[in-house]
Amino acid sequence: MFQRRASANIRLVLFSILSISLMFVDQHKNYLVLVRSSISTVVYPLQYVVNLPFQAIEWASVSLVTRKTLMEDNERLKKDHLLISSKLQRYQVLEAENQRLRQLLESSFRLNDKVLVAELIEVHLQPFRRQVVINKGQREGAYNGQPVVDATGIMGQIIHVGRFSSTVLLITDPNHALPVQLNRNGLRAIAVGNGHEDKLTLVHLPNNADIKVGDLIISSGLGRRFPSGYPVGEIEKITLDPSESFAKVIIKPTAQLTKSREVLMVWPYQHINSMTEEVAEVEKQ
Amino acid sequence: MISIKQDQGNGIIIGSFVLAIILTAWPLPDWATNWRPAWVPIFLIYWCMAIPDRVGIGVAWFLGLLLDVIHSNILGQNALGMVVIAYITLNSYHRMRVFPLAQQAVLVFAYLLIYELIMYVISIYTVNRYLDLTYWMPAVTSMFLWPWLFVLLRDLRRKYNIT
Repeated sequence: MFQRRASANIRLVLFSILSISLMFVDQHKNYLVLVRSSISTVVYPLQYVVNLPFQAIEWASVSLVTRKTLMEDNERLKKDHLLISSKLQRYQVLEAENQRLRQLLESSFRLNDKVLVAELIEVHLQPFRRQVVINKGQREGAYNGQPVVDATGIMGQIIHVGRFSSTVLLITDPNHALPVQLNRNGLRAIAVGNGHEDKLTLVHLPNNADIKVGDLIISSGLGRRFPSGYPVGEIEKITLDPSESFAKVIIKPTAQLTKSREVLMVWPYQHINSMTEEVAEVEKQ
Repeated sequence: MISIKQDQGNGIIIGSFVLAIILTAWPLPDWATNWRPAWVPIFLIYWCMAIPDRVGIGVAWFLGLLLDVIHSNILGQNALGMVVIAYITLNSYHRMRVFPLAQQAVLVFAYLLIYELIMYVISIYTVNRYLDLTYWMPAVTSMFLWPWLFVLLRDLRRKYNIT
């Protein structure tokens, strides 16, 4: 009896110290990535099981649509396709021109970003946080900090990579900040999440900044994590308080953060490597 | 003889924890997520109380680590909380076993408050988030769930003769 209690005490101390040192290391250093990814590989089957019924429901709703809706959909998609391809023609001309001009300026031109479609896995992670799990991982080349977008805008970035799945931190999470700029005048700011589903806060914009409700906010590409030029949100509300030095700006994300089932993982900045090498060389000299 | 008896029902115990983890990861509508019972901790409390020689601090620590990865918390956060819960239960299982169900439930409520307090203190240092009163709700729902869970698991344990 007493022996058991003593051993429980020892174990409590041992495992507590182990937990606390784990926390300390995980917070400050990067050593535990392998531990986490291997545990998440063990956990993935469970998440897969949780996701199954939702997948089945979706499958049923897809396979039980009527012929009429299919035909309507088809009609609509054809129209959309026509519209988009005509826009794309113009875009291609512009892109070629842009590249030519950039070559004239001798600045590195932007390559097309490589993308991969991933599917959301319907699992719950944690209340008060905004995170989702996607079904692509190390196997497909996902990496920590990789940007994730959907058809309408930036969704977030990958924070943990497992073998078959990864965790994405959404831009609305209170721990997420994103360097952005106004599309209209290039004014730079930082969009910080605050835990609400469809709200971001723009911080450090002075009261007299040239901003209007409805302005489009795009990613600025500063910080080199997100590709530049992807839409982030639209300004929804501006509160000017003369006693505060910064304006309170709320933006509404354009990405369908709660509705998208399919997302795009982006491999941006293929030219950045050469750029950093150049910088490094310059620094050496 | 003893070793045979000791091995009996490992599948049931592991299966129950797997079920608890699945229930933890199950997506709920937004209004309900904050009321989700703390499934894994209450399953742990039950097994620590029923078979303290087999389920103890080591198991708790491992489960906590799994929870950390699932919740994508900082590694060690849930592990610490689970270890503390297991320790308290191991020190009080004699008394707990003779309590009536209602009193047990209140005790479970208290244990889970301690657990959530630990989670809360750690998350102050790691996450900037705004918590409201619903943060403490899992302890309440778990308290109401406890009598049913207890009876269910006890019957299961007796049926498969897990000691």
